[in-house]
Amino acid sequence: MKGKMGIQHWLGFAVILVWCLLPVVWIISLSFKSEAETTSGSPQFLPKEPTLDNYREILKDSDFTHALINSFGISLIATFLSVVLATLAAYAIARLDFRGKKLVLSLALAIAMFPVVSLVGPLFDMWRTVHLFNTWPGLIIPYMSFTLPLAIWTLAAFFREIPWEMEQAAQVDGATSWQAFRKVIVPLAAPGVFTAAILTFFFAWNEFVLAISLTSTTDARTVPAQMSFFVGPDPFNPPYSQLATASVIVTIPVIVIVLLFQRRIVAGLTSGAVKG
Amino acid sequence: MAAIEMKHIDKVYDDGFHAVKDVNIDVQDGEFIILVGPSGCGKSTLLRMIVGLEDISSGDMVIGGKRVNDLAPRDRNLSMVFQNYALYPHLSVYENIAFPLRLQKMDGAQVDQKVREASALLELDEHLERRPANLSGGQRQRVAMGRAIVRDADVFLFDEPLSNLDAKLRGQMRAEISRLQKRLGITTVYVTHDQVEAMTLGDRVAVLKRGVLQQLATPRELYENPGNLFVAGFIGSPPMNFVPATVTGDGVELPFGTVTLPDEKAKAVEGKDLLIAGIRPEHFEDASLLDENQRASGSSFRQKVDVVEWLGNETYAYIPFEAPPEVQQQLEQLEKDLDGESMRTQVVIALDGASRIKEGDEAEIHIDATKMHLFDPATGENLTVDLDNAGIVPANEASREEVPA
Repeated sequence: MKGKMGIQHWLGFAVILVWCLLPVVWIISLSFKSEAETTSGSPQFLPKEPTLDNYREILKDSDFTHALINSFGISLIATFLSVVLATLAAYAIARLDFRGKKLVLSLALAIAMFPVVSLVGPLFDMWRTVHLFNTWPGLIIPYMSFTLPLAIWTLAAFFREIPWEMEQAAQVDGATSWQAFRKVIVPLAAPGVFTAAILTFFFAWNEFVLAISLTSTTDARTVPAQMSFFVGPDPFNPPYSQLATASVIVTIPVIVIVLLFQRRIVAGLTSGAVKG
Repeated sequence: MAAIEMKHIDKVYDDGFHAVKDVNIDVQDGEFIILVGPSGCGKSTLLRMIVGLEDISSGDMVIGGKRVNDLAPRDRNLSMVFQNYALYPHLSVYENIAFPLRLQKMDGAQVDQKVREASALLELDEHLERRPANLSGGQRQRVAMGRAIVRDADVFLFDEPLSNLDAKLRGQMRAEISRLQKRLGITTVYVTHDQVEAMTLGDRVAVLKRGVLQQLATPRELYENPGNLFVAGFIGSPPMNFVPATVTGDGVELPFGTVTLPDEKAKAVEGKDLLIAGIRPEHFEDASLLDENQRASGSSFRQKVDVVEWLGNETYAYIPFEAPPEVQQQLEQLEKDLDGESMRTQVVIALDGASRIKEGDEAEIHIDATKMHLFDPATGENLTVDLDNAGIVPANEASREEVPA
């Protein structure tokens, strides 16, 4: 970067900022409006009388809190399993030479490209037969299979970057293969592991089609699906403020997670391992 | 502490490449041995077979009286310093050094004591809490060594540890490694392609070429009695000069003139025709600087000097010559084996710094014939080698064994 940033740069930033954040601000603003205000003929941008009623009400709504618990549970479990499996698989792909390695990789990619919607029908039938319909595993399993490919690809790229010598050094130092993997390779691939974890978590957290199709009650329904049931008493006047409040609440964990992990993703941990 | 015996070690890679061919090396307990050779000679492969990172195709690797061919690296109790250090970047210097101890589940106080000892020895005390990324090359190198010595390993292995350092640091670290090894007295195997490191560090040096052990001897033996053309060309800087030599009665005719040979050398080459003479640069001298006695031990000739490089303490003079095709071919092949560029045929002469010879001068140059070696141009074998002072030369051992049978 050379010189100071000119006025036109700041102007550009402002435009993009407004463009991106306006809808977010609108939703936040909505969540603080009373229902009467949202249904009135000419709503204004900022709430006339800001109120926390929406938040109080929605947190009292047991359907919503159930859905929130389901969302957390399902997303976290799917993320955890997916990352663990992907780490092991990616390590094998990066380090071992085995037959069918290319096949595994391209198959994984093919799965990632598969439209989710096309699986809803068959999965619905299958899950009903094996009694996975409307259960946590019923959602965790498809979430894993859709996020694993991306996680494997991301992690395999990270593992390939780690010099072989690291493991060899660990082995000479007295580590078993497993210890070398756990104590040296995984910490070095941490940025990759976090990246994969975040991508997986977002997918599971935001997923709607499977969540609405493979559940029937709040036993397993997640927040995005649950929100479609916020219809209110009047079909022509959906409770916008309630919907906005729910949106704000589901977005908070995502923002928190990104803020927590972004530094770990950015830090290139392998620097200094070998002579650069 | 342990001796290493390598018996008929072979390494054939999956793609059929024969990287190490029937190598036999006995490393004594506490000995510092160097594996040296140009790139691709199999020295690193051999080292990795000792440590267990590479499978042994055939032969026996015996460390401390135990055959270790099928043991995993961690069961061999060796420690190794890698070429690129291979430090664990996510751990502090302290934890890097402590890593092998932690794997042994040693208790904290003992770990701390051992790490502090190692760091004191390597002067790393002030860097213990830093990360490898924030260290200089020399410091990283020391951390890698700390990790190797902290564990009471039977053998130290070094894989070109100094090749990533700049020249000055390399000299310092070389002395450091030598001091450390003497102090700890642990058997050490050190791989390098740098003949200076090989000569200065090693108790004995194993010279390898394309997977074959050429000679295993002390640095002095290698320098004074190279077993063949390759070793002669590899050891020494500037390298030994090779010139065509035709045997004539009691002497040899070189491109510059005839040199009378001492009796035992003359006898060794009796009946031969065209040979390659190997003369080290310092065995030439400006005849005008010598007294009568010194002049007697060789021959002098007048030759035009092409280029002169004055370095203060000594002077390098270059004299071009013409070589017959057989010799030319062998010399070109040798250059290739030594990783060098095939250059014009010339001799490099190290003269005393006091010499006043200038470029383009016709100077009188003296050759010390007692130090001259004569090589067979077809096989590269040194015909004038003093086998009693040449360590082990596998090629000659083989021919010796064949004779009585």
